[in-house]
Amino acid sequence: MRLPILDTTSETSAGCCGGGDDASTDTCGCGRPTPGPAAPRRGVARRSFLRTATAVTGGLAAFGAALSPLREIDRETDDTFAGFFQKHYKEMTPEDKEAVFARIRERVRTQHGVDATIADPPPLDGVEFVYALNLSRCNGNRRCVHACVAENNQSRSPEMQYIRVIEMPNGTFNLEEGDHHYDDATVPKEGHFYLPVQCHQCSSPPCTKVCPVEATWQEPDGITVVDYDWCIGCRYCEAACPYWARRFNFTQPEIPSQEINPDMGYLSNRPRTKGVMEKCTFCLHRTRVGRMPACLEACPTGARKFGNVLDPNSDVSQILKNSRVFVLKEEVGTLPRFFYYFDERHPRTGADDQAAIPADLREVVT
Amino acid sequence: MSQYVRFLWRCFRISFVGGWRYHLWMLFLTAVALFGLNAYCKQLVHGLGVTGMTDQVSWGLYIANFTFLVGMAAAAVMLVIPVYIYRNKELHDLVIFGELLAVASIIMCLLFVTVDLGRPDRFTHLFRRFNFPFSMLTWDVIVLNGYLLLNLHITGYMIYCHYMRREPRRALFVIPFVFVAIVWAISIHTVTAFLYVGLGARPFWNSAIIAPRFLASAFSAGPAFLILTLQVIGRYTTYHVPRPALMTLRRIVVVALTINTFLLLSELFTEFYTDSQHVASATYLYFGLHGYTALVPWIWTAVALNTIALIMLYLPLARSLRFLNLACVMLIAGIWIEKGMGLIVPAFIPSPLGEIVEYVPTLNELLVCAGIWAFGLLLYTIFVRITVPVLSGRLTYDTDFDPETENHPIARGAPEGSVT
Ligand code: SF4
Ligand code: SF4
Repeated sequence: MRLPILDTTSETSAGCCGGGDDASTDTCGCGRPTPGPAAPRRGVARRSFLRTATAVTGGLAAFGAALSPLREIDRETDDTFAGFFQKHYKEMTPEDKEAVFARIRERVRTQHGVDATIADPPPLDGVEFVYALNLSRCNGNRRCVHACVAENNQSRSPEMQYIRVIEMPNGTFNLEEGDHHYDDATVPKEGHFYLPVQCHQCSSPPCTKVCPVEATWQEPDGITVVDYDWCIGCRYCEAACPYWARRFNFTQPEIPSQEINPDMGYLSNRPRTKGVMEKCTFCLHRTRVGRMPACLEACPTGARKFGNVLDPNSDVSQILKNSRVFVLKEEVGTLPRFFYYFDERHPRTGADDQAAIPADLREVVT
Repeated sequence: MSQYVRFLWRCFRISFVGGWRYHLWMLFLTAVALFGLNAYCKQLVHGLGVTGMTDQVSWGLYIANFTFLVGMAAAAVMLVIPVYIYRNKELHDLVIFGELLAVASIIMCLLFVTVDLGRPDRFTHLFRRFNFPFSMLTWDVIVLNGYLLLNLHITGYMIYCHYMRREPRRALFVIPFVFVAIVWAISIHTVTAFLYVGLGARPFWNSAIIAPRFLASAFSAGPAFLILTLQVIGRYTTYHVPRPALMTLRRIVVVALTINTFLLLSELFTEFYTDSQHVASATYLYFGLHGYTALVPWIWTAVALNTIALIMLYLPLARSLRFLNLACVMLIAGIWIEKGMGLIVPAFIPSPLGEIVEYVPTLNELLVCAGIWAFGLLLYTIFVRITVPVLSGRLTYDTDFDPETENHPIARGAPEGSVT
């Protein structure tokens, strides 16, 4: 095969757009000699060249104008360049982690003037976390919701919440009957119970299965985490979660500097950027070092119980053994680690609690 | 090699040449595509918050269009099957336009997925940690790119052979790829359907009938689009598009649309007769739920369009091109609504926790969509612009093809264009 520059014979035989040397006969502005009488065409050539030049300039200008919003892009907060060569969490060596954590610390310092610690507590052997929530006690005050936001450095504007408390009318478990936006100043409301929902840390989580890049996975202690620096933001996991437990950063999260929680975990509450997924992690930066989740500590009613289900003496083990617990949407088969139960000797189950019986059955029962 | 580079250069050159209609059309598409690009840049800067999507409805118009276009891409195969399996003569010379449509559609598909990503700058993570075979999205990445390559190869090879006045070595370089592409076309659909049906969290999708319905609706919308496209090619280029070819396509459309209607009815029956809690999304879609009715007018428009199109196609009337075209336009619009608005959005309403948040696309989002469509049509127009003179033997390696004066292919209907 001959090189194009040397291939003069085929050039003349084909006669089109190959970069011929006779520039004066160029009619299409591309250095192509046109066969035939060249002289009468010179004017055409000039006009055509001008036209091409105008078109190219105009095209480039329009293209540049279209791209112009990119000038506002904030490379620092998005971490596009520094993050490009960062490895997946599971592939990082201890030194890699050190470097990455240092970078995150630095970013928190420049953005918020806060000295944060980035911890990475490992899952503990012989520990599997389970949550149990007493629906007889929960009165819908939403303290857990706000404590969670404060603890986990969620965006305040727009405010992102991991926990959703639903006000349910007595007598049904149909979630569509629930009210998500009730006023928590006047709780509890007569004839209602309150159902807090957050990530159930499923044993068979559909959310991790669907992630195309393995940015989210289940840890040995049962907590499903997200590597915020690996997530590509496809939101497939959000579509796959039956408990609506995942939250996506549709905009750059905004947190006032004085509200930053400096006690951070890489896989939990360190700051996130826009375009990535996040979720409840059972506060793993706390619970893996022996503390309780923020939502539990904030709950004034004692409705929340948390602990290691592999320890037979833990609260949760006792509850699972002695109470009639249930999980939400058992039929989807995700085997949640989040259990609900009612106190068994609560007046609600007594004969005088009319509200517990659906209206249309009341006559039949009494 | 040098020949090939020159071929590419001449393809590039010729895509700028044509009559005033051609230029106007291309200018229009470029402008819309640039508006779309501009809107996308805004989205890059401010995040996906500039779209109408929320945590409740986390997929919207982008994924809807993606789904529809996967159908378009697979529809090319509806030209290929009659030609290569049933040896249909009329369609033979037209197959390539179907394959080119597949190329353009797949490129649009990939763009729609890309604009839907929160962090497109991290797409390399796909190469570094690929959750195959567990994530259906990874399957989709493979089948879509594979289908793109297959069709690029088939069309590129055929066009280049014609350009070089060389007889294509069909047995070696075409036929095997064509047969792989046939199976592959089915697979891009099936995999895309599985993307949705595998989610237990979304009862609206979690039904085995979605994949067959996908195929049926694509095999009606795709060939319908081709019927229209081929007529445009036949009218504005020198390329001959025989009428029987259109009629063959019409038969395919009729059969596919009938099957689609049947599957739809089966699905509706199961949903509404059972009347379990699972029906909430379908109720929302068709009748509205607790006073929320955003999708109701859309879906009934789609139902009406599809029904009327189906009836029209069955009438002998549709042998007249005017009616056939009308039916095709209605059907494409109907299926677009059904697959986009009707399949993607309602699965998110009500949310898994029973909350109803409606979805309304924003202007920015619409612009991005329009931009991608315009870019896809731009590509397709260029493909056709190149293919027609090559296949009819006017643009070959040894012809003296002057792009400045060669205005005929596109400008036959436009005398102003053909100056010399
Ligand atoms: S509740 Fe949702 S996010 Fe949490 S583990 Fe289960 S599927 Fe995943
Ligand atoms: S949004 Fe992120 S975590 Fe979720 S599936 Fe996509 S890449 Fe994985």
